[in-house]
Amino acid sequence: MRIRSIEELRKLIEREKRRLSSYKYRIYVVSASCTHPEVTQGLLETLEASLEDIYIKDEVLVSPTGCLGVCSRGPIIRVEPGDYVYVHMTPEKARRVVYEHIIKGRPLKEYLDDNVTLFLRKQTRLVLRNVGKMNPERIEDYFAKNGYLALAKALTEMTPRQVIEEIKRSELVGRSGSAFPTGLKWEIVADMKDYPKYVIANLSEGDPGVFSNRALAEGDPHAIIEGMIIAGYAVGANKGFLYVRSDYKLALKRLRIAIEQARRYGLLGERILNSDFSFDIELISGVHEFIAGEETALISLIEGKRASPRRRPPYPATQGLWGKPTLVNNVETLANIPLIILKGAKWFAQFGIKGSKGTKVFSLVGHVKIPGLVEVPLGTKLYDIIYEIGGGIPNGHKLKYVQVGGPSGEIIPGDKLDLPIDHKLMGSGGIVVFDDRTCIVDIVKFLIEFFMEESCGYCIPCRVGLVRIYEILDRITRGQGSLKDLELLEKLCTVLRKACLCGLGRSAPIPVISTLRFFKDEYLMHIEKGICPAGKCPINKSVNER
Amino acid sequence: MNARNKEPRLVRIYVDGREILAREGENLLKALKEAGFDIPSLCYYDKVSPSGSCRLCLVKIDGRPDPIPACTLTVEEGMRITAFDDELEEIRRIILDLILSELGCNCLTCDKNGYCLLQDLAYRYGLDEEHRLFTPQFRGLPKDTSSPILIYDPNKCIRCERCIKACEEIQGKGILSFAYSGQNIIVVAGLSSWRESLCDGCGECIQACPVGALLEKPSIRKGRIWEVRKVPTTCPYCGIGCQIEVWVKDNKIIKVLGRDVPPNYGSLCIKGRFGYEHVNSPERLTKPLLRKEGKLVPVDWDEALNFVARKLKEIVNKYGPDSVFIMGSSKATNEANYILQKFARVAIGTNNVDNSARLCHAPTVAGLKRALGAGAMTNSIEELEKTDCILIFGSNTTENHPVIGAIIRRAKRKGTKLIVVDPLRTELAEMADIWLRIKPGTDIALINGMINYIITKGLEDINFIKRRCKNFKELKECVAKYDLDKVEKITGVTKEKIAKAATIYAKAKNACIIYCMGITQHVFGTKNVLAIANLALVTGHIGREGNGIYPLRGHNNVQGACDLGVLPDSLPGYVSLGDESSVKRFEEAWNTKIPRKPGLTLTEAIKAAIDGKVKAMYIMGSNILLTHPNVKLVEKALRKLELLVVQDIFLTETARYAHVVLPAACWAEVDGTYTSTERRVLRVRKAIDPPGEAKPDWWIVCEIAKRMGRSIGEYSSAEEIWEEIRSLVPIYSGITYKRISNIGLQWPCPSEKHPGTKFLYAKRFNTPDGRAVFHPVEYEPLPEQADDKYPYLLIIGRSLFHFHTAHMTRRSKPLGEYIDLPYVEINPKDMEKLGISDGDKVRIVSRRGSIKVYACKSERTPPGILFTTFHFSEAPANKMTEYVLDPISKIPELKVVACRIEKE
Repeated sequence: MRIRSIEELRKLIEREKRRLSSYKYRIYVVSASCTHPEVTQGLLETLEASLEDIYIKDEVLVSPTGCLGVCSRGPIIRVEPGDYVYVHMTPEKARRVVYEHIIKGRPLKEYLDDNVTLFLRKQTRLVLRNVGKMNPERIEDYFAKNGYLALAKALTEMTPRQVIEEIKRSELVGRSGSAFPTGLKWEIVADMKDYPKYVIANLSEGDPGVFSNRALAEGDPHAIIEGMIIAGYAVGANKGFLYVRSDYKLALKRLRIAIEQARRYGLLGERILNSDFSFDIELISGVHEFIAGEETALISLIEGKRASPRRRPPYPATQGLWGKPTLVNNVETLANIPLIILKGAKWFAQFGIKGSKGTKVFSLVGHVKIPGLVEVPLGTKLYDIIYEIGGGIPNGHKLKYVQVGGPSGEIIPGDKLDLPIDHKLMGSGGIVVFDDRTCIVDIVKFLIEFFMEESCGYCIPCRVGLVRIYEILDRITRGQGSLKDLELLEKLCTVLRKACLCGLGRSAPIPVISTLRFFKDEYLMHIEKGICPAGKCPINKSVNER
Repeated sequence: MNARNKEPRLVRIYVDGREILAREGENLLKALKEAGFDIPSLCYYDKVSPSGSCRLCLVKIDGRPDPIPACTLTVEEGMRITAFDDELEEIRRIILDLILSELGCNCLTCDKNGYCLLQDLAYRYGLDEEHRLFTPQFRGLPKDTSSPILIYDPNKCIRCERCIKACEEIQGKGILSFAYSGQNIIVVAGLSSWRESLCDGCGECIQACPVGALLEKPSIRKGRIWEVRKVPTTCPYCGIGCQIEVWVKDNKIIKVLGRDVPPNYGSLCIKGRFGYEHVNSPERLTKPLLRKEGKLVPVDWDEALNFVARKLKEIVNKYGPDSVFIMGSSKATNEANYILQKFARVAIGTNNVDNSARLCHAPTVAGLKRALGAGAMTNSIEELEKTDCILIFGSNTTENHPVIGAIIRRAKRKGTKLIVVDPLRTELAEMADIWLRIKPGTDIALINGMINYIITKGLEDINFIKRRCKNFKELKECVAKYDLDKVEKITGVTKEKIAKAATIYAKAKNACIIYCMGITQHVFGTKNVLAIANLALVTGHIGREGNGIYPLRGHNNVQGACDLGVLPDSLPGYVSLGDESSVKRFEEAWNTKIPRKPGLTLTEAIKAAIDGKVKAMYIMGSNILLTHPNVKLVEKALRKLELLVVQDIFLTETARYAHVVLPAACWAEVDGTYTSTERRVLRVRKAIDPPGEAKPDWWIVCEIAKRMGRSIGEYSSAEEIWEEIRSLVPIYSGITYKRISNIGLQWPCPSEKHPGTKFLYAKRFNTPDGRAVFHPVEYEPLPEQADDKYPYLLIIGRSLFHFHTAHMTRRSKPLGEYIDLPYVEINPKDMEKLGISDGDKVRIVSRRGSIKVYACKSERTPPGILFTTFHFSEAPANKMTEYVLDPISKIPELKVVACRIEKE
């Protein structure tokens, strides 16, 4: 079973490609957290049974697959060849798909959704290249997608330094929000003369409404693992930790299966592909805490301590896990690695704009026609994502503002949608669209409450400052705010921006700051006139009562 | 070791336009504060790693986009720093305002009022109600008052993490942590409450707390900082010599803090920090007592002193001076002990003088003197933190020498290899890299086996042996008989483990051996010590920094008592009675004739009293009835005496047999010095007045001599005595009260210019030819083995929470809340076999006697072995021990006795 060389791997890849193309049709049933397992199971069984009935089971592949990112239209069945995405599936409808599409060769128009087709077609899926197109629980399917070829190439044709150079040339930056140049981070760890070193893959997705990492892990776990191994090779680590928040049960299950399979093929463990390089991955999970996404907090957590951010310096790259040089990368960052190694930095750099290369998976949610996962090249305009891909605002409402980059992202007013999203703006990839029925103060209060609840409580400005900010906002929504409160709000936000220990606290006041810039009038309406224009705040009640 | 000790380079940095010099790599905040930049901070504590959680010490560094806490940075050459500008000060003010708004605390009733960091900063930044941006909210969070020693008030807690880090990084215990998150974050001990946690009450967290969140429970509302007098002095418990600061109000001790100087640098144990209540106990002796018609009745000093003087004179005249035995005190000062032995030799004319080292480290004095030249710890306590390997024999360090225990835990964290030899699963055994669980009393076999293995593997330091030792051939022949198979059989430890331990110790660049009562309190105690010396010498782990032998002395001044000649065979400074010229020097100084014949040891004197040869005993501060083996025998001896004088602070069990009891001033009531286990001479200062008519020990003894017509000198202060001591004892010559007013000095310190001696034997050993001597020793079995009638071996030791016969500790309430009942630790398997359960009352029976104790289920003891302490007078363990002596040092077998357990 163990693959001993790149040639053996190539043979395996060819075999698997042949196997898949030998099927006349491949039917993929989305089996991910967004669909109830019983529903998925029902669809799979129905499909199998229908095919059995007509004796063509051997000609058609029926397989579960990862989330296509249009969960609002689930359950979903995808049929290859072609790229037919059938939405709102039921067993009954699935049977019809078999009779019409598979037997008669006539795709069923009425089960397709043009909006969804456009939604998917307009994206550039690099990170999600295999998601929805393979069975994530079969490593052989991943082989058929040239899986582990990048690893083999790195191990047999490249030195660790060359790997790092390639990543540096690609201009890839961290995809979790901090946008730190990935190649540079690798280089710092590689330059350290302290051993052992560690690689940590961070799957502690915590921003509300953001689920791209989950979809990636559920749909293409091997891409993460392959990225980790290459990272380990580049920086000189032999041990990796893959942290997954424990409520991501399906992701955990698929990653566990993937790790076992990779071990069985000798792609993890001692002397990978008979090279001198050994690497293994330990899967770690913990009760979800927002703060665990912060890299130093994650390190504490893996060490068995409380997930609490640590002072910096020293940075994890020099003194991380157990004081040793540690590379911490987000799983989306890592999933980019095999592509860059296989196709080259130059190929990768064709995506995106100057200074922001590659793609980013956004979680488009809120008041938009088709919410879901959107992978587009960096530099894509916000307008295009919301209107061209997401289909615009439903029910005839007007877009009021958009929050980009998670709960601590900038809040962008509706008239500034031609903004290209670069790596500074992308944050964790959350895009929340708000229509004109929402109140800005109310939303900001909600966001601050979220941070207040999620603060670890370690440093004073974050622990106490957020409570005070929340109290001021609460006063304003009750019509008890004053102009002095606005001043105080600004002062406090500046202190948090400058003084908090970790990125959570430092970025928490961004929504306040950006709304005070673009929507100060709405705050003033609350304070001076006692009116909540959207009618959302308790202030109105008291006005009416008066 | 060299790399760790490298002197840092001085570099230039620029702060607010000023150029200053700072040590490269030094914590930036510390460096800036030292340079006079008073940057505010709450969480920074220079004994632990920085947290950077309070965010007050934010500074701007050129080249960095955001301000960063100075405490998280280290000094780098050429740094340009803004420490103060309007923006930074505004941020600091707002952060302070925030923390004040969270706490809503009230200085009016707070014990920390006057020395609270938060109060200082609020004052400095003028944050009165008018200038605050936020209204404080008292949240009424529940306090944790469950601990016997402290109260935690989350309403005052600034969540700076200093206590948590102090527990983890200084004490190595890691009991405290944060719980919950966000605004609900609090400090918790263990899983829930302080009482149920593993907290052993050292109080390091209290000392680390910058505000009033953690306070000493017994001190609450006893006095505020401006009402107290703070007296620096030395802890009266074990031999480490921890420096303490005693807070006194109205002639009462209300608090004890650790001082930030060697050897303890602020750390203390529960006894040192909370074991002071005996000082102000109403049970203290306040008047002399004289036995009249069989009863001890209070009399005035004149009557008592005259009686003692007259009786002593009578007995000396009638039976000769050697019919008197004088017992010194390893708890009393150097000055008192010097006077006492002078009294014996000058006023009585006998060498019958001894101290309680006879029951603990007499084998060390005898053994190390023979092998190396001096019976003392070779190196310094703080070197333990930097050595590469620590090998511990028979010492439950974390309980009996807790501050050294903490140093070992710290060293272990930093990577020092730890090897523990102990039949008991002590805390250090548990955390050791290798734990050799030997059968009691088989140390010599083990050590010989280790040496043999080291020699056969060529791991010995042959250069060192050739250059600096003698008798190696004899040693080699002796240990050759101890192959590991044989040693495995004797000790019960697998040969692989022994080989591994020997290899680690021999190969370590620097290594230290610690040993304690598990080695010395045996009839072969001196041989045990010699074996340890052999092991250190063979590997060359001695005579260098971080390499040495550490006998841990149990009493605060047992070292000093020995140093100052409270021994029957030597005069102050270990002058042997055979050293004619030196003895003459003393005779001249004291204007007397000193007998050349060595006197009786304590253990011999007991026998002599029974035999009618010793007629009078004068005992200063020692409860020999309970500490000497075979209580019945001692009782018999004491009853036979014509005169028993006991000078003490309480009416001890021994004192109850006395004809005269003289009330002494205790450690907090006298001036003087102690000499600690690391040969460090430390100041003891009078903090309060003695109760009633109690007097300093030296004064009482001088008075008796005077009234006998054989004055031993007129002294008006302890310092005058010290001046006499240093004129006669060369190792002490350079030490003056002035020089040790803040930090003690380590002997030898021959001149006032001499800096004291960190470690001994750098160039030569203290033997006539300067060479260390190998003494081959053979294993012998314990005198008492388990048999059918007495199937268990009972190990007798101490607990963290009490000290010796517990007259001091049982009178301190917090200590009693941890343990206040006699107990025996029994392995669960034995418990099952015996049909007893946890908490049952049982009787331990040996061939000599029995005691009633509570059974305590314990995994510390292996099956077949029991453990008890000798703290409790209602169950004196020495009722069971046997009067059988080490032929060289005359120490009795106090450690192990065969016994059986009976259910009550």
